Amino acid sequence: MIPEIGHYALILALAVALVQASLPLVGAARNDLALMDIGRSAALAQFGFIALAFACLMQCYVVSDFSVATVAENSNSAMPLLYKIAGTWGNHEGSMVLWVFILALFGASVAAFGRNLPPSLRARVLSVQAMTGVAFLAFIVFTSNPFLRLNPAPPDGNDLNPLLQDPGLAFHPPFLYLGYVGFSTTFSFAVAALIEGRVDPAWARWVRPWTLAAWVALTIGIAMGSWWSYYTLGWGGWWFWDPVENASFMPWLAGTALLHSAIVAEKRDALKSWTILLAILAFALSLIGTFLVRSGILTSVHAFAVDPRRGVFILAILIVAIGGPLALYAWRAPQLKLGGIFAPISREGAMVLNNLLLSTGCATVFLGTLYPLFLDAINGSKVSVGPPFFDATFVPLMVPLVIVMAVAPLIAWKRGDLAGALGRLWAAAAISGLVALGTYIAVHGASVLAIFGMALAAWCSAGALVEVAQRVRLFRVPFADSVRRLLSLPRSAWGMTIAHFGIGVFIAGVTASSAWQVEKVQLVRPGDTVDVAGYAFTFEGVVEAQGPNYIERRGTFVVTRDGRPVATMHPSKKFYPVQQQTTTDAAIHTFWIADLYATISDPDEGTQEGGAPAFPNRADGAWAARLYYNPLVPWIWIGAIIMAFGGIASLTDRRHRVGAPVPARARPAAAPAAAE
Amino acid sequence: MRRLLYILPLLAFVAVAAWFAVGLTRDPNRIPSALIDKPMPEFQLPALAEIGVPGLATSDIHGKVALVNVFASWCVPCRSEQPILMRLAREKGVILYGIDYKDQAPAGAAFLREFGNPYAAIGVDADGKVGIDWGVYGVPETFVIDREGRIRHKQIGPITPESLNTTILPLVAQLSK
Repeated sequence: MIPEIGHYALILALAVALVQASLPLVGAARNDLALMDIGRSAALAQFGFIALAFACLMQCYVVSDFSVATVAENSNSAMPLLYKIAGTWGNHEGSMVLWVFILALFGASVAAFGRNLPPSLRARVLSVQAMTGVAFLAFIVFTSNPFLRLNPAPPDGNDLNPLLQDPGLAFHPPFLYLGYVGFSTTFSFAVAALIEGRVDPAWARWVRPWTLAAWVALTIGIAMGSWWSYYTLGWGGWWFWDPVENASFMPWLAGTALLHSAIVAEKRDALKSWTILLAILAFALSLIGTFLVRSGILTSVHAFAVDPRRGVFILAILIVAIGGPLALYAWRAPQLKLGGIFAPISREGAMVLNNLLLSTGCATVFLGTLYPLFLDAINGSKVSVGPPFFDATFVPLMVPLVIVMAVAPLIAWKRGDLAGALGRLWAAAAISGLVALGTYIAVHGASVLAIFGMALAAWCSAGALVEVAQRVRLFRVPFADSVRRLLSLPRSAWGMTIAHFGIGVFIAGVTASSAWQVEKVQLVRPGDTVDVAGYAFTFEGVVEAQGPNYIERRGTFVVTRDGRPVATMHPSKKFYPVQQQTTTDAAIHTFWIADLYATISDPDEGTQEGGAPAFPNRADGAWAARLYYNPLVPWIWIGAIIMAFGGIASLTDRRHRVGAPVPARARPAAAPAAAE
Repeated sequence: MRRLLYILPLLAFVAVAAWFAVGLTRDPNRIPSALIDKPMPEFQLPALAEIGVPGLATSDIHGKVALVNVFASWCVPCRSEQPILMRLAREKGVILYGIDYKDQAPAGAAFLREFGNPYAAIGVDADGKVGIDWGVYGVPETFVIDREGRIRHKQIGPITPESLNTTILPLVAQLSK
């Protein structure tokens, strides 16, 4: 009964979405308030139905109703409750339901919180939002019904892919989708503005909170995904330029560019058509990401099972949802009023540079990700473009971006003083010089690139702090005065400072972990001791334990430094009999400025085929141990969290909640100069 | 002129969409390598440390029917290919040589430790120069070499059970006669 209710709710949601996609648009064209208002109630109703369907699906997973095909294929009665719930979106059908659920959530939020929007804009935004909804609901109803019944029902389910049975990955997709799908709102705003034929600072201000919300969620989602690959893939790496990772990274890059260009559109009424284009592209890249993952067109460790019919359907959605708005853009954007002019050396100019570098970076990732697909289209070959490409192309693009990042906030709008800004950054320059020197002294034989990376990180973080110090006139007015100024800074200014500071922390983590990782790979027998960067790892053997739906081989390393105990680490191998799969669980001991990282594997593993036992008994008890000392690696995620926190701080800025925007010059003179 | 600028994104997207459509529907078909039936390019590559097999040079391959497989630790399809290579080496007794392409030696060694080493000798092509001579444009790729040291077949992408049974094994059997 429950699955049928869910299925029915999905079909009703599709019907409501059709209404929401059409009537408000007609109303906005005819200036008919009653028709326009349908958009609001329809958005709420559509969300209600999808929420109901999602709840029904989750119920099927929680009670292990194996008469439902997706549950039987992706769940198992022995699974812990957390993974039964996470199993709801750990497969193609369920993840698409989550996708439309979040899409409808954003639509309903616009309906509920968009009171200060002009009725026609709100109606058009909701209508465009519903068009995306129609496409994906139809996709679910016609090609990926999650409530399909099995008769007879199997006695037990097929289990969830063991790689996905992990607390980090359980909540990775919801955050990632919040980010992906969050850009649907900015997309709807952009398309609505093109239909209206009007983009003004007020529009840019309305769009900004939605962009920020999506960006924050995407930042967290990507960080969680990378954390997951760090501790489960067992190679000590945290980012592999895997197609699915790139699919989430491209909207992030476009979204970051959009965040900055929307500021220019808001403050200076410039870069308007570019901002519109970015808003369309950010969501287009999210859609392409969905297409790449769901169509199975690229090989990846993450890809779910695929069906060619679905690929064609998503491609059709892609063509309509991206091609349509881009055609509209080609037609309407030239008619937009040109914005204010500015000198190359100005805040606007710096933002343009930011946008150029970010979008070039995005294009680079796009090409690297799709090159294998392109080659496949030409001659049917399957290849993998790996880190060598991205390291050589993407990373150099980000270096100038980070250098400019510290300078730009100190340059005035319209016409800035570069020499003055650089002069005021002397403290940041001094700090990065010291960090470079310190690195050179502390790390014997540090490479030039690594020293440069650390200096760049210091420049970025210190630059963010210098900017705040300048703003509160630290040491130039009485200290209490500075504190008062600090407290009255707008939240969006805090947001920028925090986020830019976080990027510095992130860069330090990336640089140190890639330059100074210490790796030891060797066979160990109980009692053996391996020295890794001054830490003595003593192997105490492996014991077998039975988990709810797996058999675990749990190793023990006792780590000491100069004879003093540091940690006891338990790397393990888990074998899932239902799926005949083994997963690696790394043991990680973090000091926050470095990680000790250990995995074990059977030395014969990987050489076995098919029916061979997962854990053959080895007489000598030897295991292949992989032990790492990863300096600063936690900073990668700390940096990402700081960045996300900066986004949240900016999101709580009062200006995003007030009604009509006030032009910057009309603000009280006592308030500090505008933020970003 | 300005108008054209605004149409550009649409045109770019049309190209990408067409490319997707082809990628989605087109049957894989191969264009033969320019090196087919030519002698393999000369090279000499150092060994991969910690793995316990020698480095690889052209002279090692001469006189035997063998496969030269280009792999890398960063290559995702290689992970699915490795079990097939292992079976080829162990059960079918095919001689396999590896070229670790644009890879860091420790990562390459770790990859082989995890997935198994089917190769009788491995050359590390860290900067990809030998790869250029061999016309490698992606990883993995596999070359079938005959007794005279000529390249007889090039498999682009991972060897699948299908391509193994329909192309590579029959070819190896025929060349070994």
